[in-house]
Amino acid sequence: MSALTDDTLPMTPRAMRDEMIVFAAMAVLLAIVPFTGIYPFFVMQALCFALLACAFNLLIGYGGLLSFGHAMFLGTAGYVSAHALKVWAFPPELGILIGTAAAALLGLVTGYISIKRQGIYFSMITLALSQLLYFIYLQAPFTHGEDGIQGIPQGHLFGIFDLSKPIVLYYVVLVGFLAGFLLIYRTINSPFGEVLKSIRENEPRAISLGYKTDHYKLMAFILSGTLAGFAGSLKVFVAQNASLTDVHWSMSGEIVLMTLVGGLGTIFGPVVGAFVIIAMQQYLAGFGQWVTVIQGVIFVACVLLFRRGLVGELAHYLRRSL
Amino acid sequence: MQALYAQLLVGLINGSFYALLSLGLAVIFGMLNIINFAHGALYMMGAFVAYFLLNLAGLNYWWALIVAPVVVGIFGMILERTMLQWLTGLDHLYGLLLTFGIALIVQGVFQNYFGSSGLPYAIPDQLKGGVNLGFMFLPIYRGWVVVFSLVVCLATWYLIEKTQLGAYLRAATENPTLVRAFGINVPRMITLTYGLGVGLAALAGVLSAPINQVRPLMGADLIIVVFAVVVIGGMGSIMGSIITGFALGVIEGLTKYFYPEASNTVVFVLMVLVLLVKPTGLTGRAA
Amino acid sequence: MKTTISALLLGTALTLASAGLASAQDKTVKIGALSDQSGLYADLAGPGSTLAAQMAIEDSKLKDKGWKIDIISGDHQNKPDIGTTIARQWFDVDKVDVIVDVPNSGVALAVNNVVKEKNGVYINSGAATSDLTNAQCSPNTVHWTYDTYMLAHATGQALVKAGGDTWFFLTADYAFGAALERDTTAVVKENGGKVLGGVKHPLNTADFSSFLLQAQASKAKIIGLANAGGDTTNSIKQAAEFGIGKGGQKLAGLLLFLTDVKAIGLDTAQGLNFTETFYWDLNDQTRAFSKRFSERMKNNAPPTMVQAGVYAGLMHYFKALDALGGNPHDGAKIVAKMKEIPADDPLFGKGEVQANGRVTHNAYLFEVKKPSESKSPWDLYKLVGTVPGDQAFTPLAQSSCALLKK
Repeated sequence: MSALTDDTLPMTPRAMRDEMIVFAAMAVLLAIVPFTGIYPFFVMQALCFALLACAFNLLIGYGGLLSFGHAMFLGTAGYVSAHALKVWAFPPELGILIGTAAAALLGLVTGYISIKRQGIYFSMITLALSQLLYFIYLQAPFTHGEDGIQGIPQGHLFGIFDLSKPIVLYYVVLVGFLAGFLLIYRTINSPFGEVLKSIRENEPRAISLGYKTDHYKLMAFILSGTLAGFAGSLKVFVAQNASLTDVHWSMSGEIVLMTLVGGLGTIFGPVVGAFVIIAMQQYLAGFGQWVTVIQGVIFVACVLLFRRGLVGELAHYLRRSL
Repeated sequence: MQALYAQLLVGLINGSFYALLSLGLAVIFGMLNIINFAHGALYMMGAFVAYFLLNLAGLNYWWALIVAPVVVGIFGMILERTMLQWLTGLDHLYGLLLTFGIALIVQGVFQNYFGSSGLPYAIPDQLKGGVNLGFMFLPIYRGWVVVFSLVVCLATWYLIEKTQLGAYLRAATENPTLVRAFGINVPRMITLTYGLGVGLAALAGVLSAPINQVRPLMGADLIIVVFAVVVIGGMGSIMGSIITGFALGVIEGLTKYFYPEASNTVVFVLMVLVLLVKPTGLTGRAA
Repeated sequence: MKTTISALLLGTALTLASAGLASAQDKTVKIGALSDQSGLYADLAGPGSTLAAQMAIEDSKLKDKGWKIDIISGDHQNKPDIGTTIARQWFDVDKVDVIVDVPNSGVALAVNNVVKEKNGVYINSGAATSDLTNAQCSPNTVHWTYDTYMLAHATGQALVKAGGDTWFFLTADYAFGAALERDTTAVVKENGGKVLGGVKHPLNTADFSSFLLQAQASKAKIIGLANAGGDTTNSIKQAAEFGIGKGGQKLAGLLLFLTDVKAIGLDTAQGLNFTETFYWDLNDQTRAFSKRFSERMKNNAPPTMVQAGVYAGLMHYFKALDALGGNPHDGAKIVAKMKEIPADDPLFGKGEVQANGRVTHNAYLFEVKKPSESKSPWDLYKLVGTVPGDQAFTPLAQSSCALLKK
């Protein structure tokens, strides 16, 4: 079986330097968005999804675990944050915290269950678990079923930053995204990340080397779920609502699609993929009825023709890791 | 108590669909080692083909039972030849992603042309009406579904476990290179197997057309439940997937009676429990 | 999404002249038709609603008075996120004045907040939630056509009066189903009927047989279907299979559209009762409109009540603009004007735009025809009863809308 990604280039200081340059370029580009006339709400949404896709990518690209239920973290954190902000009148920082914590807890429970099986079984289990949560949220009174939680107050972050001003909100979301991104980047390049990669490449060997691979996988699952939840909590401030669509399996599919388009196991791929897919939904919806079909075609095309994804193909061409 | 019997019987009907679908998944998994995410979409296609046969070609339900699985099976074989085949040797997850994409395309196209509310398909005249069993009113068609799908499941089991062809199939699953050395065309066998699995899904689709509205998304949610069934049963054995399918249908039926609010989630909850107790599934070997 | 259809085609000297006279007033309007163009609600709203909006622009004859009216349409794909982003962008970038249609309660409520924030006008016709004119009401919102309270109330009242005094509910187990069941139960009891029981089924249930068996065993005269979409069509279909209609029990759909009935087919749906506020074959005016409408639809379908509501809502909006003499680009001001003018249009008849944004008009109880009674492909209903507007909708005294507390 060949690995899902061809991340075989060793992590050299030069590669590290390249990546930091690209990261700096990305941060600067994103920071000047509000002055370019690009519609900031679109970018904020894309940033939330980019972080979500990066979190997902941590599992698939570095742990070899394809989760088909990552929407459950997005949705859970969203619902919990939204409820805390609206009903309990929590300040934004606490709202984000409790939403993210809920996702972490969910990651612990679902991770414990799903890592009991490998490969496609793992994917099916995560999908089934997220569907279970979907039904629970549909019926739970606090989510208001298909009406969703609406009109969530944005409030003042730390009592200072007025999040109802789009420009303030934009930079808060950007900082959140960059922090999450750096954390993932740091994780990948830590000893922990190396063990993960070795599990992806050859789990029996990692076990024989004395690693408790289940622990590592569970840790990765929780971390991924927590960050996905963080993205979900941030998104509450952008969208000002929390709804069932965020827990639905089609959302999980979109997360997979974003990462696949950008490049599984590449550092910047999920970001690019998220922007491409969100832009497609928002701007190319002129095809109206054909959005799902187009998504399906992209899936098929990616799997058959561009398995490395946009960034992966570019990195392969440049012989760099990106 | 009477109501309980009724619910048991009703559960068996549900189970027939789970059994047919998880059987198809197991057959495909055994040979191609992929999980066919497009299974729900192909099930839906089976129902639509039955509708077209009736309304465009004037072929009734009985014809549809034969023709629809063949048509959809051929469609599946084309998919296998043109796309799935190229994934040989790659990580199995790519098969899942590819078939997910195919499912989106198929469902999207059907939704585009036929809308979401779906199309009507009537119960064939010979199976209309019902019998009063004393404890319940059993529509004849429901009884037919249970009997027919049981027969199909057992026939498939016999084909794979007890015949020469089945022996080749099982051997090719274990060691394709060796089987090829015996002069057997393994790629063709793979294609035919995929066609068979897909045909089973389409057959389930035809069976469900008179019960449910023929809708583009009729298979989309069902397939996730069937995935859970498959995780519970394990995909290692054909008989295992048949029995689990029927058994879970019955359990779901009972839940509908005792605690209807949980009837959609009970299969998932069971899946969690099974994973905690016996991670490999009830009948399966380790993946 | 950006299918900008310019409604203004004539640049005649006449229009130029009249525009010159009223140059002090801004007479440009931009309409955004936000709908589900491809999913669950595409048949009953979607492209048909955009067509209805275009017809409203044409029929208003405002362009003869020098107005320039544009329309753009968008697909919210049933996702609140996408719906709000489109709505925001329409207000911020495209300078849209009014958003119409918006089926799907979740998206509708999310857009409601954006419209209020941007002080636009929101004419909702597609959403069922009665929250739009209660807890989440807004000075910028007008809700046409229907809501859960009306559906429950009109159907319940009319059926109990017709002798259907014992009920059993099949309820979709989420907020929407619960609201329908609660409101219907209240009205059934109010009118002297009895609720014998009910069963909650999960959303997107494929097999209703267990629930139908329980309904059958209850011996209730009316089985109320407090669900929607595929759940409703499947339960009706399977009820026929279990011989429920023949056993003397009647089905009452609490939310059912023309397109659903068409999809189930008369064979199966015959005898079914439910409420709508518009049917193409009600009177000469609805028939005339529907004829013009269906000639321009892709499959020649007549308008649904949601599409008719988009038309009626916009016609009323244009009346308000005309009365104001120009577009003040101030949503709350226009909606206030809309509330002053009595509603009267060819499709829904006379009505009132209430202070909470609710529009009241007649509601009709229909029964699905037998196949032998149907004379054309879309000849599906017969009228059994009419509930006047002031009785069909939430009485203002009961509305929890904050606008009423001034």
